[in-house]
Amino acid sequence: MNDLIERTDTGELLLRDTTRRSRRVRNRLASIWMTGSLIVAVVPLALVIGYVLVKGIGQLTPDWFTKDLPAVTRKAGGGMGPAIVGTLLITLTAAVMAVPLGILGAIYLHEYGGRGRVARLIRFMADVMTGVPSIVMGLFVYTVWTIAHGLSAFGGALALACLMLPIIIRTTEEMLKLVPDELRLASYALGNRKWRTIVTVVLPASFGGITSGVMLAIARAAGETAPLVFTIGAARKLNLSIFDGPTTSLSVQIFGNAQTPFEAAQARAWGAALTLVAIVFILTILARVVSAAVARRHNA
Amino acid sequence: MTESTSTDLPQEVEEPMATVAASASSVGGGPAMTPAASSDPASIGAEVVFDVRDLDVYYGAFRAVRDVNLQIHKKEITAFIGPSGCGKSTVLRCFDRMNDLIEGARVEGKVLYHGVDLYDDRVDPVEVRKRIGMVFQKPNPFPKSIYDNIAFGPRLAGNKENLDDLVERALRQAALWDEVKDRLKKSAMGLSGGQQQRLCIARAIAVEPEVILMDEPCSALDPIATARIEDLMQELKAEFTILIVTHNMQQAARVSDRTAFFTTEINSHSDTRTGCLVEYAPTNKIFSAPEDERTENYVTGRFG
Repeated sequence: MNDLIERTDTGELLLRDTTRRSRRVRNRLASIWMTGSLIVAVVPLALVIGYVLVKGIGQLTPDWFTKDLPAVTRKAGGGMGPAIVGTLLITLTAAVMAVPLGILGAIYLHEYGGRGRVARLIRFMADVMTGVPSIVMGLFVYTVWTIAHGLSAFGGALALACLMLPIIIRTTEEMLKLVPDELRLASYALGNRKWRTIVTVVLPASFGGITSGVMLAIARAAGETAPLVFTIGAARKLNLSIFDGPTTSLSVQIFGNAQTPFEAAQARAWGAALTLVAIVFILTILARVVSAAVARRHNA
Repeated sequence: MTESTSTDLPQEVEEPMATVAASASSVGGGPAMTPAASSDPASIGAEVVFDVRDLDVYYGAFRAVRDVNLQIHKKEITAFIGPSGCGKSTVLRCFDRMNDLIEGARVEGKVLYHGVDLYDDRVDPVEVRKRIGMVFQKPNPFPKSIYDNIAFGPRLAGNKENLDDLVERALRQAALWDEVKDRLKKSAMGLSGGQQQRLCIARAIAVEPEVILMDEPCSALDPIATARIEDLMQELKAEFTILIVTHNMQQAARVSDRTAFFTTEINSHSDTRTGCLVEYAPTNKIFSAPEDERTENYVTGRFG
């Protein structure tokens, strides 16, 4: 052992190993690869937003937001008001159903179920549900709700809620996992009951992450088309009722208008696409602001 | 144990012996509320808070600790020392039923708190924990403001008035007030490790418990922060009964009135280790004239 150290100059070895040419080349290659991957990933995103913006911005006049859909799609004119309201109404209704259920479900899974058999089964089912194609969810709601109760915003909301639920459950559970057990123990040691520990310590500590997960689910649901085609029908006029009569949504309007060969209709589809992107964007920003404000109040 | 460590260690233990003598005399001649706790082995005068009888703790089928019998006296500091895995933390967690939270943990025997068995079916562990506070090894403030951390317990108890006074009093008692009074609304996560630990002590005090359990409260702290916590414990002794688990023999010698020494026994048939209480006596006796050979070996550094 001693002989070895005496014979080879350790410092020399260290220098040679760290500055070896092949190591530096590999390091450089890996860095370029990663940066390149990032650029490749960002380019389509930027192109999509840019394209939608350029093609759709011309449609966004005051009439666009207020007027009913035109009776004849091949001619220009009319607005997108019913679809905008429909999208907001359906997404909101779906969120009202799915968010509390999903968060409570996740709380059960992580705080109560643990590794038990029931919890494992539910977790597995949630994973399977995440993979169910949205059109299948639409068919399901069509059979159990729409056939009996007719086309309505509520049917669409039901389908969207089914799609949101597994996403919310799994992301919320991941966020609850991030809350250190020490905080729960600290709370119990102060004589706090379990449910109150969850309400006063665990949920506030994971609020930001849960909001992000919920927003992800809402954004995904807001753009869904397939489940709505079966369940909400195609209204031309504003329908503010959730349970009564057909309505329409931006995604359905994009689908319908983009399929036609008429220029005015295609322009309308671009406008609807831009409006949808904008709605999701605004909702996301709002959620960030709200969660940052809540976090500030808690962690001040 | 290797040759080199056994020659190194005795030098280290010179110090605890010296500090024992020093602390014993200073405690004896010091505050009036500890009537010669460390010099008089009997000191039967002090009221018994906990009376532990034949305590066994199991994790599943594995017996982690066996046959613990001891009494904890009011407004004293009792230290649990012993090598790693000897079950001293496990025993500590029996005093506020935190073991209930560990899956598979089971307790046999009795932990009498003012005559009531904490493990009686009728006892609600949550009520136990309101009376018996706990400070953990790693400082664990909530990710909330300093104020909200302290007010957390009182708010649970439905106390909404005089919260400001309560928070100030708890922080003063934990010797933290002067350092944080200008940033009560700032996050507790911005405090240093030692400050966070004193915050956790203040948070426990704010519930006004009778007993405070401390599970290696200084093992994550530097020597200066450790010294502050130890000073603080001496002040808190006037009002609270304190149980402390420590790896640090010098610390036990410096702060405690009584010391319980635990060790592990290897079960011959299953190759598992079970902790047991070897000796429980006034601290100066444990460190200067232990009765059991194992205690002597441990406190003189020949083992563990």
